[in-house]
Parts: sequence; structure tokens; C-alpha cells
Amino acid sequence: MASQACTSGICGYLCSSIGKKQLMGVTAFLLIGFLKAHLLGNFLLLLGPAAFNEYGHKLMSLGPLLIIAEIILLAIFLTHLVLAISLVWQNRKARPVKYYSKQRTGRGATFASNTMPYTGIVILIFICLHLWCFKYGTYYEFDLDGIIVRDLYRTVIEYFANPFYTAWYVLAMIAMGIHLSHGVQSAFQSVGFRHARYTPLIKKLGCALSLFLTVGFSGLSIYGYYISTTLNY
Amino acid sequence: MSAQSMKIKLKIWRQADNNSKGAMQDYNLDNVSPDMSFLEMLDLLNENLINSGSDPVAFDHDCREGICGMCSLMINGEAHGPQKLTTTCQLHMRSFKDGDTIIIEPFRAKAFPVHKDLMVDRTAFDEIIAAGGFVSMNAGNAPDGNAIPIGKETAELAMDAAACIGCGACVASCENASAMLFTSAKLSQLALLPQGKAEAKERALGMVKKMDELGFGNCTNAAECEASCPKGIELSNIARMNREFFKSALSNK
Repeated sequence: MASQACTSGICGYLCSSIGKKQLMGVTAFLLIGFLKAHLLGNFLLLLGPAAFNEYGHKLMSLGPLLIIAEIILLAIFLTHLVLAISLVWQNRKARPVKYYSKQRTGRGATFASNTMPYTGIVILIFICLHLWCFKYGTYYEFDLDGIIVRDLYRTVIEYFANPFYTAWYVLAMIAMGIHLSHGVQSAFQSVGFRHARYTPLIKKLGCALSLFLTVGFSGLSIYGYYISTTLNY
Repeated sequence: MSAQSMKIKLKIWRQADNNSKGAMQDYNLDNVSPDMSFLEMLDLLNENLINSGSDPVAFDHDCREGICGMCSLMINGEAHGPQKLTTTCQLHMRSFKDGDTIIIEPFRAKAFPVHKDLMVDRTAFDEIIAAGGFVSMNAGNAPDGNAIPIGKETAELAMDAAACIGCGACVASCENASAMLFTSAKLSQLALLPQGKAEAKERALGMVKKMDELGFGNCTNAAECEASCPKGIELSNIARMNREFFKSALSNK
């Protein structure tokens, strides 16, 4: 049978609606894992330039390991992005004639679930700018006990000295929080985890995690702005 | 108990056939009794239309007691109207107020083409069933009722899934016109029971493949389907289908 090729094996799975959603969920879990590690690293900003730059230097000194990790992270992100585009494209095609009145029951979809593609786009733009500004941004030198390392702390503070830049960061992080507030519980459902007792808990923990990441990241950018105005670093 | 008669305004989608362009059309309807069912209200409208020599509004209906799954309609943006766990035929005009404007549209999805006016072709659902929503067994003497023991809880879950009447409200209310709730209910009612285990793999793969081919959208886990289902089919069925499909795809040669 000609159509057999599409149902069988990994290709058939990845071509299916459920396969795509499950891969969306798994990549989402991995990306959230990265976000948590990223935020914990960022908290070192609070300890001052030495601690933060030393952390950055240690990461950089991983050398090829870091590059491999970055490639894996990029692959995960691109998978999530490409799948999202494919799913949204199919979803749009599934209803060619729209309703005259707005669909609503008020008991299902939320603002977060309705805006997943839009908050996703905000996050995509954010990530591009974020890498441009910091990873590939201005290179200052910092003397860490005799070793010359990158002064990423200074780059960070310089950017957040601009209140518009800080405001954009906070807004982007709110978009990320909204995205995750639906995304976490949705990912669990996609991989097939649903339980009468645990699912309501997962929904609450998902929202708590989104709030933690949003407040953490945007709090640090506001802290960066605060430092730039008070210490005149 | 004579209820006061109501005057209502209707905005109804009129479309001659699948190839013509449709449009919303306005109607005024007097002497609507609050005790009428929604479909009786449409019958009244059609009587008036026929008497005045116009084309009556085509809409699907059959049993009119909420079990056949033929009635449909998007009423003010809600599949089967504003009342929870209720099909359009079981909805009454007392759910509306005198002078209300009611917007009536067909269920919209690429896989549900409009036949005429409010009537859509839901053959796509039959095709999903035919792709694996069955069990194959030798027909012979009736088997002993208790030959295969099934736990009470499992039996209840399977019965809950089997409550799906295949009306398509889940597709209509889903932002992505996804048929996941329907497909998962039809899969679950068999997958949960020992009789359904033998063909579990082929069923999951076949039904999901057919569902995708027919052009239904994907699931965003927003739960609008569950909220609008007149039979209370739960999202846990979709999670079960996701597991069944993963297992089947993994072990498929």
C-alpha cells in the first residue's frame, strides 16, 4: 500500500498531528529546563561583577562542550519553532470560512491559549535581539584575579541603563510568562499525562513556574536599570 | 401556565449549496413560545417562509431528544447554544429573552462542507470510525455476559466515552477545527475494554491518520471542545489517545 509509508516508522509519527504535538511538548520541557538554568545563572548578577563574570568565564572555558550544548539547544528551539509554524498553518487551513459571531463558551480557551502563536513570535524576536546584544554584543575586558575575562556584567548594565530597553525586556518576559502559563499544562496533556488529581496541580505549578520565570528575568533587568542609575557603573 | 409569546430577531446563514456563496440574512419572528424547543422555533420560521413562498431554512435534525447527534448549529457563537450539556433540539426558547437577536450559523470546518444553509456534511466522522473505530469478532451465539470480567471503573470510563453522539460540536467550537475529542472518544470506548485490545494498534494509527488526512486541525489543549460537548466527553480521552498513538507508533513496523 502506498500510504503505508506515511503511517509507519518515525516519519509517520512525526508527520501526524499527535506526533507533532508530542514533540512540541517534549521540546517545551527541554526549553523550560534551559530557562530555569539560565535564570539561576543570571541571579549571580546580584552578587556583583566578579561572581557574574566568573560564571560567564567558566561557561566559556567549557570550549567545544559549550558549542555542542549550544547546537543542541538551537536544534531544540528550531524544532519547536518549525513544528509551531506547521501546526498553526494546518489549523488555519482547517477552517477556511470563519464564523460570523465570535466563538466562545467562556469555559475552555483562555487568553493565553488563544495567543500562543503571538506570544511565541514576541519570544522569537526577543531571543534574536537578546543574542545580538549580549552573546554577540560589546566585548569588555575584566580582570578576574589576574585572568582577563569578558566583562559581560558591564554589557548587561549598559543595555539596561536605557529604560526603554528595560521596559521591552519586562514586556517580552510577560509574553513568555503568558506563553508558559498555557504551555506547561498543554505539554503534559500532549504527551498523554492526565490525571484527576495531578492535572489540576500541574496547572497551578505551571502558572507558578511561569510567574517565577517572568518575575525573575524581568526583576533582574529592572535591577540592572537600578544599578546603572545608582552606582554609575 | 401560558407563557408570554416572544419576538425575536434572527440572523441566519443562507447558502444554496456547497458551490454557492452564502451570506447572513435577517428574519423577524413573532409568536415564539418560550416553551418551544430551538428547532420548533426554526419550524415556525420555515412555516412562515413556506407560506410566503420563500425557500425554508435547511437544518439537520432527527430524534429531537438529544441522542442521535443530527442537530448541530452554532448559536451566538456556541455549538448547540448557551446551555451546558444540551443539544440544540433540547434547548428551549426560554434560554433567550424577548427581543433578542440570535445568530445561527452552520458548524464550520474544512472537513464539514456546507450542504445547504445550516446543514453540513459530517461524513468525515464516519470515515474516521471506518478507519479503526470498531472491533472485529466472529458473530455466532451470543457470548456469556460475564465471560470477560471488566472492572466497574473501567466499564464506567468506556461508557462515558461511548456517550459521544458524533454531532461535531467539538470540531465546531475548536478554534482549530480539530476532531480530537470525537476521535479520542470513539477510540477510548474500545481501547479501555479487553475486546478492543486486539486491534488497539491498528485502531490508533488508522483513526489518527484518517483524521489528519480529512483536514481537521490540531489540538491546542484549550478545552473548548469539552466545554461545548453536549454529552460531557472529557479531555482525558484525548490524553488517552495521545498515549495510545505514541505506543502504537513506537511499536509499528
